Parts: sequence; structure tokens; C-alpha cells
Amino acid sequence: MDLAFFYFLVLGFAIFMYVLLDGFDLGIGILFPWFDQAGEKDHLMRSISHVWDGNETWLVFGGVILFAAFPAAYAGITSTFYLPIMLMLFALIFRGVAFEYRFKSDTSRPYWDFAFSAGSAIAAFCQGMLLGAVVQGVPEGSNSLSSLHWLTPFSVVTGFAVMAGYALLAACYLFMKSRGRVQKHAAKLGKHLLIITLFAMVVVSLWTVIGQAEIRERWFTDYNFLLLSPLPILTIIVGVLAWKGLDAHDENDQTKNHESRPFWYSAALFLLGFAGLIIGLFPYLIPRQLTFWQAASPDSSLLFLLPGVCIFVPLICAYTIWGYRVFAGKVEDYQEGY
Amino acid sequence: MDLDVAILSRLQFAFTVSFHIIFPSITIGLATLIAIWEGLWLKTHNPYYLQLAKFWIKPFAITFGMGVVSGIVLSYEFGTNFSEFSEITGAVLGPLMAYEVLTAFFMEAGFLGVMLFGWQRVGRKLHFLSTVVVMVGTWFSAFWIIVANSWMQTPTGHKIVDGKFEVESWMAVIFNPSMPYRLSHMVVASLITATFVVAGISAYYLLKKQHLPFAKKGLSMCMWFALVLTPLQTWIGDMHGLNVQEHQPTKLAAMEGIWHEKETNVPLVLFAMPNMETESNDYQIGIPNLGSLILTHSWDGEVQGLKAVPPEDRPYVPLVFWSFRVMVGIGVGMLGIAALALLLRRKDRLFENKPFLALVTLFTPSGVIAVLAGWYVVEIGRQPWIVYNLVRTADIVSPLPAERVLFTFIMFVIIYSLLFVVYLYFMGKLIRKGPPTMATLENQLIGMKAPGYALAWVKTLQNKEAQNNERQPTEQGVA
Ligand code: HDD
Ligand code: HEM
Ligand code: HEM
Repeated sequence: MDLAFFYFLVLGFAIFMYVLLDGFDLGIGILFPWFDQAGEKDHLMRSISHVWDGNETWLVFGGVILFAAFPAAYAGITSTFYLPIMLMLFALIFRGVAFEYRFKSDTSRPYWDFAFSAGSAIAAFCQGMLLGAVVQGVPEGSNSLSSLHWLTPFSVVTGFAVMAGYALLAACYLFMKSRGRVQKHAAKLGKHLLIITLFAMVVVSLWTVIGQAEIRERWFTDYNFLLLSPLPILTIIVGVLAWKGLDAHDENDQTKNHESRPFWYSAALFLLGFAGLIIGLFPYLIPRQLTFWQAASPDSSLLFLLPGVCIFVPLICAYTIWGYRVFAGKVEDYQEGY
Repeated sequence: MDLDVAILSRLQFAFTVSFHIIFPSITIGLATLIAIWEGLWLKTHNPYYLQLAKFWIKPFAITFGMGVVSGIVLSYEFGTNFSEFSEITGAVLGPLMAYEVLTAFFMEAGFLGVMLFGWQRVGRKLHFLSTVVVMVGTWFSAFWIIVANSWMQTPTGHKIVDGKFEVESWMAVIFNPSMPYRLSHMVVASLITATFVVAGISAYYLLKKQHLPFAKKGLSMCMWFALVLTPLQTWIGDMHGLNVQEHQPTKLAAMEGIWHEKETNVPLVLFAMPNMETESNDYQIGIPNLGSLILTHSWDGEVQGLKAVPPEDRPYVPLVFWSFRVMVGIGVGMLGIAALALLLRRKDRLFENKPFLALVTLFTPSGVIAVLAGWYVVEIGRQPWIVYNLVRTADIVSPLPAERVLFTFIMFVIIYSLLFVVYLYFMGKLIRKGPPTMATLENQLIGMKAPGYALAWVKTLQNKEAQNNERQPTEQGVA
């Protein structure tokens, strides 16, 4: 297999892990305003305070893999999307520090609540806009750095779509990690969000197919659509299963409940959406301008990093799983730890 | 008004990276201290070590949080503001930073959750292991980023193909000539920074007559550390200077304020106002020949001055010159404190001498200031080059509209200033609250299912308390 393609896969893996993991903890921030009873916000924070840092590290990893393996794409993407990236970073700063300060504050707690939920929501929205802007493609030429081409109706829609998706992940995560009212409430919100997310996926897909000739061709020439049809079909199936999981919750008979299933089904939903995206864009990193082969670093660099990726990525996955297992089970409502 | 993107991008990068380094320089050292205390506690069962670890883990957590959020900004800023630079050096710097993420950031983040929140979830040994892993993570992270930076200072092992850097030998890139010095100087700097933070707060408690046994333990340990670390740092710094002289003579000339093309009998300049226009120092006060002695280890050794290169290849001298003096000044001050502490200790007055305690309290942030000053010497002294002698900083800036960078720069200044105030406020709050009481710790220990410990615990505690009461009968009224 050629090296550039391998790193393309690594990059895809990093982005997917980021979206899945930081997705649910950004989503908790988005859902924050809907949990307003005493202690519920504490509960939400506690459910992720031990994992958010690790989750966000996947963002750093995605960034440096792009930098290391495809420097030209890193330089191009980050400088063309200067403002949305900076805005995302500002938002991430606020929500990141809120974890530490919120629990140590007395009078300023409402401000930290706001910093956390607004920061999470804005960061998610910016990521969605970036996604939309990449799918639309970047206009050629150096003056693209001074235009606001990333701000279009389409990218605003993808911004909201990603927010809804993250919130869905968060609702399913809470469904798995809490009890009682929080859990019930999460199930209810989750069902709404599932509908919204599926609807957004349909809108974004149709819009892309109608608006982007290249992507339309890829899907509809020859028998391609038949070959690709499992994707939309599976999406519907997974959506229905997730709904069932959230719906079939029985307070009295705990043995009947499969509380972690909805989370995995929504994760699968993201995976399918992601696969659709790659099918549309492959092999471009910047659509119609720069393929990953063109952007790749020289072999000396890719080979140097190869053992690192092969050894450490599995290791990281292993101790990340261990970390989650240490805190397995429901979130307890007492001040634990340090 | 004429805005220059290059200047703005550089200002923004300088501001954000300066903000970032404040926190790592504390966390690297503090993680190490916490691991030491936790290890000592496991070994000796002395509860004061646990108290130290449990108290300092809170300032550690908020400092770490600040380090993380400000660091994420930096890893994207290379691309957003210096796109050209990341494109041409990506093949060299990218893999180094990728290794940093793989071997350090994930490890820190993955085990931090257990270190902070896992006291009741994992056994004592496993918890200690997590602390150690976090500590090692901070060291690895320092290693890789210093390698990247040192390569930009003293590039080796590369070739340039079509205007882009490619690596010929990774060994040469990693073990570039200035890396060993910069790495050891930086790691020791972090240890010193944390040592003086802990010592300063302990001295403050002693001045206020609060938490006495805890504060004594902290101050005493830190003064032993300082006694070892500060001479070590001076020695490493001296070697580092010689290394700079060999590889970046212009920077060294700026640090020392040497102008003539070749100068023998170099004085050690204590005070001066370097003047870029007249190419000389105003108001110079120096010690004859000492400069030659330090820089060449011979009485009249020859040193290359700033005029050996054309003006456009010189850094902004006054900043380099003064930053260097601030760092060395603080270093000498720290040496003095460590020596004074030894003296007072022998007279058994370490915990009572008020002026000394006040001085140590004053030195609480000195490590951070010295670290910043040191980095200014390194980074501003390297200008106008970004990759020394190969790439000029002015040539690699992203061609963004200036207003856009001005906007984000102002945002950074506002947000970071706000955060810094909040950080200091919460640090103050934690310090005023003081360490957890022995009763709290004991409760937590019971939670940790430790039957054998309870007994050892009570015994040591009674011993300590008895000793303290014997030595300071006055203390009783305070608590
Ligand atoms: C010698 C130490 C040192 C230096 C010079 C730097 N850093 Fe740093 N950095 C650390 C030492 C460190 C650390 C000790 O590993 C931190 C501080 C607190 C923390 O969480 O990890 C960290 C955090 C940290 C993070 C967040 C990691 C996470 O998500 O857990 C990023 C992305 C960076 N840094 C990136 C950078 C970049 C791009 C730098 C250069 C321009 C830089 N750092 C200079
Ligand atoms: C962490 C401590 C550091 C501090 C306090 C620091 C400080 C600075 C300052 C003040 C400048 C501006 C110099 C000028 O433009 O006159 C600068 C520039 C720069 N530094 Fe650092 N630096 C640090 C570490 C690093 C590291 C570890 C790297 C890379 C691996 C790095 C990469 C750069 C780059 C790319 C620039 C270019 C922008 C410019 O020249 O303005 N720095 N730094
Ligand atoms: C007292 C004697 C000291 C001497 C002779 C000394 C010497 C030096 C020199 C020559 C440099 C510049 C290297 C370059 O430009 O590449 C430097 C950088 C630096 N110094 Fe010092 N230093 C001393 C004390 C300290 C102290 C006490 C601290 C902090 C606690 C400190 C922290 C730093 C840092 C963080 C840097 C930049 C990074 C690096 O090069 O490692 N130094 N020092």
C-alpha cells in the first residue's frame, strides 16, 4: 500500500475519533440549557470531566498528522479558514477552562455555565461550518485568503447539522451514564435530536448532490448508485434501531435495558455520514485543487513517523479504553477525587 | 494607519506562545514534585507527604488546564499565520510534533483523569503509576518540542529540494547541536520554577503562621532541591552560552552587547543601553576582561561582535540584552536564596527568619519570569531568521488581510488577560483555603480501604505533633 494512502487513512481515523469522542462532550455543553434542575448541571459536568482532555487531544492529533504528512494541505486549509478556526479555538478555550473553574467557584458559577455551553455550541458550529466549506470547495487563487467564501447558506446549515449530531451523541451518552430524571430527559431529547439529525443528513446530502456536479457524477454514473446504496439504507436501519433503544426503556426491569446501545447506533450514524463524505471527496484534501498524493511529505518523513503511528495509536486506544473502564458505570453524585 | 500582517502575526504568535509557556514551566516541575511526594508517602507512610501531594494537585490541575487550552491554539497557529513556513518545514517539524502528540499529549491526557479523579477508583500503586506517567508525559512533551525549536535554531540533517526542507538524517535533526543544552536547561528551569512556587507559598504560610508542619516540610524540601538545582542550572547555562557562541555568534554578541567586529579583552557588561543607531552601548558599566574569561575561558579571548554582520541580519539588541540580564539576575538571586537557606538551616532558623521568608515569598513567580526572559533571548536573538541562516521570518507569513489578524490578536489579548486574572484569582483562593486537614485525609484513606495504614498514620501524626510542640511552645495558641 502506498504511504500517502496509509496516512490518508490515519487522518480519517483521527478525525473520526475526534468527532465521536469530543462530539459527545461538546454535545453535553450544547444540551446544558435543557438540564436546569438542581444538581443536574453538576451531574453533566461530572460525567465528562475525566475524559474531555483526552478527547480533545484527538483534535491536536488530527492537526499534526495533517501537518506532518500533508504540509501543503495543512498550510492551505488552516490559512484559508483562518477566522472559523480561530473562532473555534477561542470557544474551546472558554469551555476547557470552565471544567476547572466551575467546581471551584461560588458566585461566578453561572458565568462558567455560560462559558461552557456557549463555548461548546460555538466550537461545534464552527466545525460544522468548516465541514460545509470544505465540501463546497475553495475558490482558486491567493485572494481567497481575504474573502469570506466559507460563510454560505450551505455551511451555516452544516454548522447546525453538526451541532444537532453532537447533541444526539451527548444525549445517548447521558442515557448510558445516568439514572432517574436525567436519563429519562436524555431519552426524550435524544429522540428529538435523532429526528433532527436524520433530517439534516438528508438535507445536506441532497444539497450536496444537487449543488456539486462532481459529487453527483460519482454517485449517479453507471451502477455507482447501486453499489453505494447500502449507505443510505444502513443509515435508515441504524436510525430506527437507535430510536428503539431510546424508546424501549423500562424503569422497573433493568435487565431489559440496553442502555449503551443508542450511543453505539448514533456512533454508527456518524460513521456512515463520514463514509459518505469520503466517497464524495476522495482523493482530495482541498476539493478539486489538492489531492493527498500531491500534498504528501517526502518518504523520509512518512517512513520516520510510521513506527510511531503503528506502535502508539493502538497503545493509545488501549489505555483510553482502560481509562473509560476505570470510570465505568453510572456517574455518582458526590465530589470524587482530588 | 498602515498595518503590517507580518508584524501582527509575529506579535500574536509571540503573545500566545509566551502565555502558553507560563503553564508548562510550572506543570512539568510540579508533576515531578507531586510524583515524588506520592512516592515518599507510599514508602514512608508519613501523612505530611500525602498532604503535600493532595494540596498541590489542585493548583496543578488548573495550571494544566490552562496549558492545554493555550497549547491547542499554538498547534494550529503554525498553519493559520505562517502557512508558508509550515509548507516548507512541515516535513521536518511535522513528524516531530506528531511524535509529541503520540508519546506525550495522549499519555498526559489519558492518565490525568485517573490522577485527578481516580483516588477512590484504583489502588494506591496504580494511582502512583498514573501520576508518574503524567510526569513522564510532560517530560516527553518538552523533549519533542525543544527538538523542533532547536532544529530551527541550529538546523542540521536536512537538504532543500525545490525550496522545501527534506530530511536526510533524522538522527542529525533530533540531536542537533543545541538540543542537549536547550533541553536540559529548560527541564531544570521547570523544576526550579515549581520548586520556587512551592517554596514561596510555604514561606507565605510560615509568615502567616498557618498550616505550620505542612509549610515547614514544603519549604525545607524545596530548599534542598534549590541547593542542587540552581548551581546545576548556572553550569548548564554557561555551557549553553558557549554553544550559542559557536553556532549563533550574532545572538551571543547581542546578549553581551558586543559591537566591534572582533573584540578581545571583552568586559562583562553589567549595565548599558545598547543603541542600534550608533552601533554602540550608551552608559556602559562593565568589569574588564571578565567577559572574555566567561565566554572563552581565557583572559583575553576573542569574540565576534554585531558589526561582523550587516544591520539587516541583526536582532533587536536591547531586548535580547536585557532579557538575558533579567534571567541571569534571577538565577543569581535564586543561588543566593539556596545558599542563605543552608546557612539558616545550620543555625536552625530556617522557619523563623522573617526577612528570609519574605524574600522567598517574593520569589514565588521568579521562575516563570526567568523562563520567559530566557525564551526571549533565544527567540528574539534568532531574528531575523526563523530557520537560522536559511529562512527569514518576514518571508513566510500567511498573506492574510491585516485587519483579520489584528482582530484575532486583540481577541487573544482580551481573552488571555481575562483568563490570567481568573487563574490568579483561583490560585489565590486555593492558597487561602490551605491544605486538606489530617481528618479529611484520614477519611479519604478509609475510603481507600487501607486498614494497615490507619495505624501507621495515627502513630506518625502523634510523633510529629509531639515534636513540633516541643520545639515551638508558642505555636499552640495559633491553630
Ligand atoms: C518545554 C515545554 C513546552 C514548550 C516549549 C511548549 N509546550 Fe506545549 N505543552 C507542554 C510543554 C511545552 C506540556 C507540559 O506538555 C503541556 C502543558 C500543560 C499540558 O497540558 O501539557 C503542553 C500542552 C500543549 C498542548 C495541549 C496538549 C493536550 O491536548 O493535552 C499543545 C497542543 C501544545 N502544548 C503545543 C505546543 C506548541 C505548538 C508549542 C510551541 C510553539 C509548545 N506547545 C511549547
Ligand atoms: C515556549 C517558550 C517560547 C517562547 C516564550 C517563545 C517566544 C517567542 C517570541 C517572543 C517570538 C517572536 C520573536 C520575534 O518575532 O521577534 C517567537 C517566534 C517564533 N517562535 Fe518561539 N517561543 C517559544 C518556544 C517556541 C517553540 C518550542 C517553537 C517551535 C517549535 C517556537 C517557534 C517559533 C516560531 C515559528 C516563531 C516565528 C514567529 C516569529 O518569528 O515571530 N517557539 N517565539
Ligand atoms: C544563572 C545562570 C544562567 C545562565 C548563565 C543562563 C544561560 C542561558 C543562555 C545562554 C540561554 C540562551 C540560549 C540560546 O540563546 O539559545 C538561556 C536560555 C534560557 N534560560 Fe537560562 N541561564 C541561567 C539561569 C536561568 C534560570 C534560573 C532559568 C529559569 C528558572 C533559566 C531559564 C532559561 C530558559 C527557559 C531559556 C530558554 C530555553 C533554553 O534555551 O533552554 N535560565 N539561558
